[in-house]
Amino acid sequence: MTVNGGRSASAEANATAATSPGRLSLERTERGLVLAVSGHWTLPHFAALRRAVDQLKQEPPPAALDFAGLADLDTAGAALLAALLGRERLRALSATAPGLSGERRALLLAVGEAPTETAARPARRENTIIELLARIGRAMETVWRQIVTLLGFMGLVLATLLRTLPRPRRWRLTSLVSQIEQTGLNAVPIVALLTFMVGAVVAFLGATVLNNFGASIYTVDLVAYSFMREFGVLLTAIMLAGRTASAFTAQLGSMKANQELDALRVQGLDPIEMLVLPRILALMITLPMLTFLAVLCGLIGGGAVAVLSLDIPTTRFFDIVSEVPLRHYLVGLSKAPFFAFLIGLIGCLEGFKAGASAESVGNHTTSSVVQSIFVVILLDALAAMFFMEMGW
Amino acid sequence: MNARGEPIIEVRGLVNRFGDHVVHDGLDLELYRGEILGVVGGSGTGKSVLLRSIIGLQRPAAGTVRLFGEDLHALPPHQRARLERRCGVLFQNGALFSSLTVIENIALPLIEHAGLSRADAEYLAGVKLALAGLPAEAGDRYPSELSGGMIKRAALARALALDPALLFLDEPTAGLDPISAAAFDQLLLTLRAAFGLTVFMVTHDLDTLYTTCDRVAVLSRKRVLVAGPLDTVAATDDAWVQEYFHGPRGRAAQSAARST
Repeated sequence: MTVNGGRSASAEANATAATSPGRLSLERTERGLVLAVSGHWTLPHFAALRRAVDQLKQEPPPAALDFAGLADLDTAGAALLAALLGRERLRALSATAPGLSGERRALLLAVGEAPTETAARPARRENTIIELLARIGRAMETVWRQIVTLLGFMGLVLATLLRTLPRPRRWRLTSLVSQIEQTGLNAVPIVALLTFMVGAVVAFLGATVLNNFGASIYTVDLVAYSFMREFGVLLTAIMLAGRTASAFTAQLGSMKANQELDALRVQGLDPIEMLVLPRILALMITLPMLTFLAVLCGLIGGGAVAVLSLDIPTTRFFDIVSEVPLRHYLVGLSKAPFFAFLIGLIGCLEGFKAGASAESVGNHTTSSVVQSIFVVILLDALAAMFFMEMGW
Repeated sequence: MNARGEPIIEVRGLVNRFGDHVVHDGLDLELYRGEILGVVGGSGTGKSVLLRSIIGLQRPAAGTVRLFGEDLHALPPHQRARLERRCGVLFQNGALFSSLTVIENIALPLIEHAGLSRADAEYLAGVKLALAGLPAEAGDRYPSELSGGMIKRAALARALALDPALLFLDEPTAGLDPISAAAFDQLLLTLRAAFGLTVFMVTHDLDTLYTTCDRVAVLSRKRVLVAGPLDTVAATDDAWVQEYFHGPRGRAAQSAARST
């Protein structure tokens, strides 16, 4: 009986090898059943060889092997032969088999000795609805744990801050200044450009709508109020959430992956004091400053549209802006330190939560940006309701 | 054991520099079929850079590197890929893909290059995993869940996935306990005997050098100072070589190798 592997279906096999797949044939001789292995037993023919081997699995085990026609053998072929014959029979029969060089015998035995029973994976299929509910439950639990962890971390940072405050020797001024440069100064161009453009867009929008009422002069009011109260601080906070929270997470996460945080701890140094406080404080200092810049650039953007496109005189523009009560600006600015604190907190916490792999650092960086933007907008909405109720 | 036919790797007049810092200056080296070559040298002598130059990750400033008689950098991409498939590389820290399980790591080249189905590839990957001496349970774990020794073995299994003719090892036993390191040496010898592997190994491990290597090349002063069988190299009149092979650790490894 002869089993031929047939033509290999794999395109790769046709491309790389002009060889044909190996053959297995079982012959009855005076020595009993002899399994003759011939041809190329190599990786490109794996699919065909496996079919040939599968067909022989039902047959009685051979009493001898014959490798006289074997042209080529690699681990793939050896693994199939080993699976067909079993470890003991392979060892016993290969010693006397003709046509098997010492190297190939070593290969067969090395592969045969390797235990290959793959662990049976439990394939549980559950009800879709139950699975859906379970997912929702897990997600809710995760959110709850996130909140608890965030609050715990907030307490830890505040406690560390209070402990450090009365001891000026432990203020990390160099680190703080360096962080201010990275999170503040380096963000100036992008914040200025973006708020300038949004200011111009708001002015165009206002002009389009208000023109219907013949009230396009109020475009300036629209830009001034919206930027002082909301857009200045919100746009800056969202930009820093994307730019700085991700940077914090990536920095601390790679330090954690590299065991640098552990190294700090065993030297008796507090990572919260050395790494987290300077970052959060720097952000709390720079975000209000950048907010001021954002309001200014938004007004310039709106003003440029008003003056150049709506023919409002420059002096009129300044008059209207100066009539806006100061408290709107202060309301906007008062939110900045809170946003900054939360952005820094989430960025650092996600960095600490990162695991040992680069992939985990990436996941937590994404998560920190999403979370901090979400928290900023949520807090802004709550603040808007609060200030409205208070009549500020 | 000297010149036998065409070398598999032939490095001629290799120059590598980073900015003003010259790492290699006119380096020559050959590797012949079926041998295990150990490359040693002090820190910063460019052992890893040499390995990267040979496998084509680093374009040399001057000189030629011939792999199986062909210059990698002069080949069109598809021929280059064909050549690279005949090489297996074990990077110093494993470089396993962290988003894939160990089995998926090993199966990836089998699926991509050999065109196997996923089930076949994972079956063969299981065989390689066992050959590298890892238990089957390790296959479903992610690299971040493995110990250092297991990562080395998993990375070796991946390097062997396509039955390469040529294997590059960068510090394969660094960070392993002595038992695992000795087992790794034996594994290497078994695989060499079984597959007829040719091995280019960067190592600091004297025991590995004495146990496995047919030839040793010493990198020093920006070139290969001496290359040859261990005894010849150890007898070289050079301060670093003498210190390396005849220091306390060198003597210990030598006597250990003699006694077995």
